[in-house]
Amino acid sequence: MKYIDEYRDSVLARKLVDEIHRVTTKPWALMEVCGGQTHTLVKQGIDEALPAGVRMIHGPGCPVCVTPLEQIDKALAIAARPDVTFTSYGDMLRVPGSTTDLLSLKARGADVRIVYSPLDAVRIAAANPDRQIVFFAIGFETTAPANAMAVWQASQLGLDNFTVLVSHVLVPPAMTAILDSPTCQVQAFLAAGHVCAVMGWTQYEPIAAKYHVPIVVTGFEPLDLLEGILMAIRQLEDGRAVVENQYARAVKREGNREAQEAVARVFEPGDRTWRGIGSIPASGLHLRHEFEKFNAEVRFDVGDIHTQEHPACIAGQILQGTKTPLDCAAYGTLCSPQKPLGAPMVSAEGVCSAYHAAGRGLAAPTAFPLYELSRPGR
Amino acid sequence: MCLGIPGKVVEISDSGPLRMGKIDFGGVRKEACLAYVPEVALGDYVIVHVGFAISRLDEDEALKTLELLRMMDEDAVAMELGSMFAPDDAAPPAQPPAVSA
Repeated sequence: MKYIDEYRDSVLARKLVDEIHRVTTKPWALMEVCGGQTHTLVKQGIDEALPAGVRMIHGPGCPVCVTPLEQIDKALAIAARPDVTFTSYGDMLRVPGSTTDLLSLKARGADVRIVYSPLDAVRIAAANPDRQIVFFAIGFETTAPANAMAVWQASQLGLDNFTVLVSHVLVPPAMTAILDSPTCQVQAFLAAGHVCAVMGWTQYEPIAAKYHVPIVVTGFEPLDLLEGILMAIRQLEDGRAVVENQYARAVKREGNREAQEAVARVFEPGDRTWRGIGSIPASGLHLRHEFEKFNAEVRFDVGDIHTQEHPACIAGQILQGTKTPLDCAAYGTLCSPQKPLGAPMVSAEGVCSAYHAAGRGLAAPTAFPLYELSRPGR
Repeated sequence: MCLGIPGKVVEISDSGPLRMGKIDFGGVRKEACLAYVPEVALGDYVIVHVGFAISRLDEDEALKTLELLRMMDEDAVAMELGSMFAPDDAAPPAQPPAVSA
């Protein structure tokens, strides 16, 4: 496929790895912010091909993983109501709440549906005026324009049976929180290319200057990541700390103005709790007052929510980059993609699922026994 | 959910309340909202997230990036040639493990 295959060229990848080795003279710790980038790094073994001492710290950029447990429990309480059709991106269905998950609720008869786009949820609402349609509006700046458009469309159509349960998070405040932490080890960031496709990179310029930390806007293919790492290490080696753009084919400095305006029309920034990390000031998006009638938390009284994380799960430390899945006693034993204890094992962007899919730290590859069982003639 | 995929715009419809289009992802076609990329034309490539195109891919920039990566090789060759005349006191760079792709 165009714009994918050419960025997976193994000859060029090898050249980039060689160049990274050539320019590196010191140990460095880089954080890739986005979980999609983590998956490429781990799947392709890029992190293991780097010079000794150069370390990739996996960032909190997995929207499913950082959606607070309280919001998941609220989603479960709302989805259990007989008058509600609960719609969500597929990734959220197996994320464990305090006692259950949306998929189990669906199995017990709740009307829980996966939608690909939030506009699908609006269509369901328009077609089913006798049901309450709730959409779980989660994600980073990448999904905010889509979720904002769904609310805007519902308002234009005058739908009074459509609401959203919002749990939106923003990248720059999280980066600042990581840099402000006394245990911070991150010396440079690979910023998430698609977040920047929407928002541009002007928000990152004051962060690079204030903390003297290189920030490279980076894409998602192996060559993108290798080039992003090379650009960040070159800055570190030269003592520079600016924002650079590796992902020029998709990202402009000002970002996507139309999308930014749509988000600002429907949402406003506010404090947000990140699962496993805690509250970060101004790190979330909330519905503006004029769209309050589309707020599921206002429409439905969910009562008192008492959250309870699984005691064996160390997702919080993994999301903050202080531990890896291999430090977790439950990884690959109590906790697996089939039976996840924490969100990072569920999501396609979670660190634990990336490690598990690559077979890291597992006694035997998980895929082969299934394959053997499915072979005919056994 | 957060993973954006590049695809080719093969159909554009301006008849509804929102500009919509059909995007071809290597043979798989899906509908996407084009409201945030008013500049796109048929044949353009866009990045699609949760049913919304959020960015038009810039062919010139894409070619420039690949060209730079290929040139890196020529730089390395030039450097290699230069090093033939340099004092031979540096250890050769460690060979990294292969990167599959």
